[in-house]
Amino acid sequence: MATSGTRPRAVGRPVKRVEDGRLLAGQGRFVDDLHLPRMVHAAFVRSPHAHARVRHVSVSRALALPGVVAVLTADEAARLCHPWRGILTDYVGMKTALQYPLALDKVRYVGEPVVAVAAADRYVAEDACDLVEVEYETLPAVVDPEAAMRPGTPLIHEELGDNVIYRGGFDKGEVDQAFARAHRVYRDRFVVGRQTCVALEPRSLVAAYEPREGSLSVWISSQVPHMMQAIFARILGLPEQKIRVVAPDVGGSFGLKIHCYSDDVAACLLAMRLGRPVKWIADRLESFATDIHCREHLVDVEAAVSADGTVLGLRSRAITGVGPWSCYPRSSVVEGNQVIRLLTGPYRIRNYKAELNVVAQNKALMSQYRAVGHPIASMVMESMLDRAARDLQLDPVEIRRRNLVRRDELPYTTAFGYVFESGSYLESLELALDKGGYARWREEQARGRREGRHLGIGLSCFIELTAPGSFYGSGGAPISAQDSATVRVEPGGTVTALIGVTNQGQGAHTAFAQIIADQLGVSVEDVNVMSGDTALVPYGGGTSGSRGAVLGAGASILACRAVAEKVRRIAGHLLEAAPDDVELRDGKVSVRGAPDRSLTLADIGFRVYYQSDKLPRDLEPSLEATAHYTPARPITWANGVHMVVVEVDVETGLVKILRYVTVEDCGPMINPALVAEQVRGAVVQGIGSTLYEHVVYDAEGQLLTRTLMDYLVPGAAEMPDIEVHHLETPSPFTLGGFKGIAEAGTAGAPGAILNAVNDALAPFGVRLTRQPITPDLIRSALRQAPALNRDGRR
Amino acid sequence: MKPAPFEYLAPRTVPEAVSLLARHGEEAKLLAGGQSLVPLMNMRLARPRRVIDLNRTQGLAYIREVNGALRIGGMTRQATLERSPVIGGRCPLLPEALALVGHPAIRSRGTIGGSLAHADPAAELPAAIAALDGQITATGPRGERTLPATSFFLGVLTTALAPDEVLTEIALPALPPRTGTCFLEVARRHGDFALVGVAVVVSRRSDGACGHARLVFCGVGPTPVRVARAEALVSGRRPDAAVFAAVEGLVRETLQPDGDLHASADYRREVAGVVARRALTTAWSRTNHG
Repeated sequence: MATSGTRPRAVGRPVKRVEDGRLLAGQGRFVDDLHLPRMVHAAFVRSPHAHARVRHVSVSRALALPGVVAVLTADEAARLCHPWRGILTDYVGMKTALQYPLALDKVRYVGEPVVAVAAADRYVAEDACDLVEVEYETLPAVVDPEAAMRPGTPLIHEELGDNVIYRGGFDKGEVDQAFARAHRVYRDRFVVGRQTCVALEPRSLVAAYEPREGSLSVWISSQVPHMMQAIFARILGLPEQKIRVVAPDVGGSFGLKIHCYSDDVAACLLAMRLGRPVKWIADRLESFATDIHCREHLVDVEAAVSADGTVLGLRSRAITGVGPWSCYPRSSVVEGNQVIRLLTGPYRIRNYKAELNVVAQNKALMSQYRAVGHPIASMVMESMLDRAARDLQLDPVEIRRRNLVRRDELPYTTAFGYVFESGSYLESLELALDKGGYARWREEQARGRREGRHLGIGLSCFIELTAPGSFYGSGGAPISAQDSATVRVEPGGTVTALIGVTNQGQGAHTAFAQIIADQLGVSVEDVNVMSGDTALVPYGGGTSGSRGAVLGAGASILACRAVAEKVRRIAGHLLEAAPDDVELRDGKVSVRGAPDRSLTLADIGFRVYYQSDKLPRDLEPSLEATAHYTPARPITWANGVHMVVVEVDVETGLVKILRYVTVEDCGPMINPALVAEQVRGAVVQGIGSTLYEHVVYDAEGQLLTRTLMDYLVPGAAEMPDIEVHHLETPSPFTLGGFKGIAEAGTAGAPGAILNAVNDALAPFGVRLTRQPITPDLIRSALRQAPALNRDGRR
Repeated sequence: MKPAPFEYLAPRTVPEAVSLLARHGEEAKLLAGGQSLVPLMNMRLARPRRVIDLNRTQGLAYIREVNGALRIGGMTRQATLERSPVIGGRCPLLPEALALVGHPAIRSRGTIGGSLAHADPAAELPAAIAALDGQITATGPRGERTLPATSFFLGVLTTALAPDEVLTEIALPALPPRTGTCFLEVARRHGDFALVGVAVVVSRRSDGACGHARLVFCGVGPTPVRVARAEALVSGRRPDAAVFAAVEGLVRETLQPDGDLHASADYRREVAGVVARRALTTAWSRTNHG
């Protein structure tokens, strides 16, 4: 399209991030950088017990401490707000208790807030917390998810009758027949440890209440300002138009910052009671104890496989432990539900029966973390494929080739009922094998084994559910299915864009500036994108489910089209041409075929804003438009493949990643550099899941991993070079053909790494089905290994 | 995560620091690099009423070489030691161990004396100093006293330092000629405390046999653990693969580590043997260059 002399399109190029200059110079503006007059600081008395009755609370000594301005008890907090319940109504039979800002009668996890204190500074607030006396009567803790389901287990909420929050499942195709005709049936149990998000910037909030206006402003480190506006309105009993929620710079989120947290509500109540701004910044101890956790799963799986490696059918039974309450408003059932629904991955498996149990326990709340459910589903499936391949003496590649959905089978409907409209499952695999040097690594592996080195190669082929349209709204949650953009040409001809999608490190502002620049024929530098303020931007859903780029781009394109139409009509009038003959390009507005008949956007801006009296009355003096966008399909499917080579030191159990290659297909890329970095960041989190990260509670429900010394996230030394290759299969159903990318790396890593480790350990007859894979786990498995059979077969 | 209230004192001289300690005793805590004390205070696991900051105390940060022996001031930063050509030349075991202590930012603040006085049983420096037959000097109201590193460490986070004493100096004797050293550890991530680690010092006699030998472990007991029977196994022999394997077995049988969140007792015992064999093999190969 672009001819010589015209500016190249911005979309598709690795444009440098517009956000970076300020952030790299340490000039980010995070919630903690906000200092308001008369502001006080909150701290919380938190439960030291996993399960206990609160017998008595005495706050008088805390109140007497100089500098303390308020102490909020649970009874008072309950009177000041409406409790909330994390139910999605489309999960039939789901149940969970009401949640209050502070623990009323019982505490149900270590770290649960019991009393809130506001004081002149955080030091005094913490001193005051030490002076609050709470008398507990401890109760037996429910920790193990399987035990939580058994009759006779102590009840976390007596009024609910049992500890089961949700029981679901489905039975599709002819599962029993598939198992009856199988050549082999493989059964395994996968155990996936709890994790948490570990954002660099902790949860942070400043709440300021103006009693005369009845208005509340909340600056919060959040992915979802409009959702927070809606839930603060419901819980605090304020009308939505009186609540402003601002998410300034946000230092990572990963699903951490899309929930309603008790301490956030309590801090708002303190601000409302005091009429003074209240700041609360979670410290790392609070983060580990009270940020949402994720992932705790048991998955029992059976695979029916034919002699040629075709997967004929699957059965799965998943148990997910989610803490005392289902999280509000997204619930805590989606993670487990996606484990069972996504288990068949990109493979042609027609017969599938699944069961899900979501259970309560005395641990922190569990909910959505990057790649919700995907990594577990993928890991289970990929591991079963490798097991079948080894048993049937097939190459792991070959068994995948035989089962992957082919392009000519699209649109393909999965056993559960998902529809894959476009994708590149086999093509991605072949590209990964080629770029990763699969055949050469197999030779290297054979050579290594002769020398006593233990290399393993792992593959995972996965799908990524992106850009969900309706998802939560259908269950009654105030979570936007659409997203929005306001685009305005300023009088000087530059462009301001206000976007409903939020920015927390992924470079959203850069991506939207590229889209808008192309649509209006201006340069990226001439577009300023803003987001994160409910008083500023049109109603949006923020970020979650890899939706930002797809919905934000769609809304931006629609808004730009409307603005361009206004420009064409006004320019047509000024240039005496038909609007349809006017084109926007290179910052100019000109008549097609007559480039000398042109105006700049600044010429038009001056006329529209300052001389609108000279325009015909039927031309609206406006260069601004707002558009809202929902994708045509409820889900846009992206896909990819990871290939990993590891070396296992069998004497120490240490795993070293030697090669990491990914192929990602998220449709046309807005910015390949942003895509690659999303993938790399997500892969690192997947490496963390698989090899390092583990939230550990003991049998009494005490949290053992309370610091970054105990909860291990991969550091620079643990990150391999991660090679990212791209295929670009457009979605037929989204504007621009875009698909989401944010979660792909996290989805694909665990299966590939587990398979690589198991491949390395195969000569010892060892196969692990647990994560994280610790050195101790590997050593202990090797110690119990049945035999040292060095050809890798049993 | 803010500390409980405390009084901050910054003595300019060692005698001043000692007299402050003598006055406040158990209520006071010395602040060196602060890499352990400050997090403990922020988590309110440590609540000293007074913090005596040694960072402004003169004459505690130095590296001196005297006839091949080394004298190191207690407040010498780990990063300084790591980069010191004198240390690198005379005692390459120290930089090898220091590279495993946390991360560069931690070593820029952290001091050798602070690490020894804190006495974390999984820390690298106590094991390294013990393997080097280090002597630790403490200064108190009754003057100076010097004790060998092996009797300095008494238990988990517990040393022979009296509440009114400052760790002022670490002395390392000259190593025999043709000495090879190696520090090796297994940690979950780079920079973590060791699941198990070992400092090895071996010297090659003129007849080609091993003379002096030291094997000191970290992460396997309440203090650095010296395995004298393993030293005896290599000393007086020309060690080869069979000897190194025998050491591995002996170490595995001798040590009685505890398990924790990051590794079981079985793992530590087993891997202690592995790192002993590997470190000894490397250290012995390095005696050729000594």
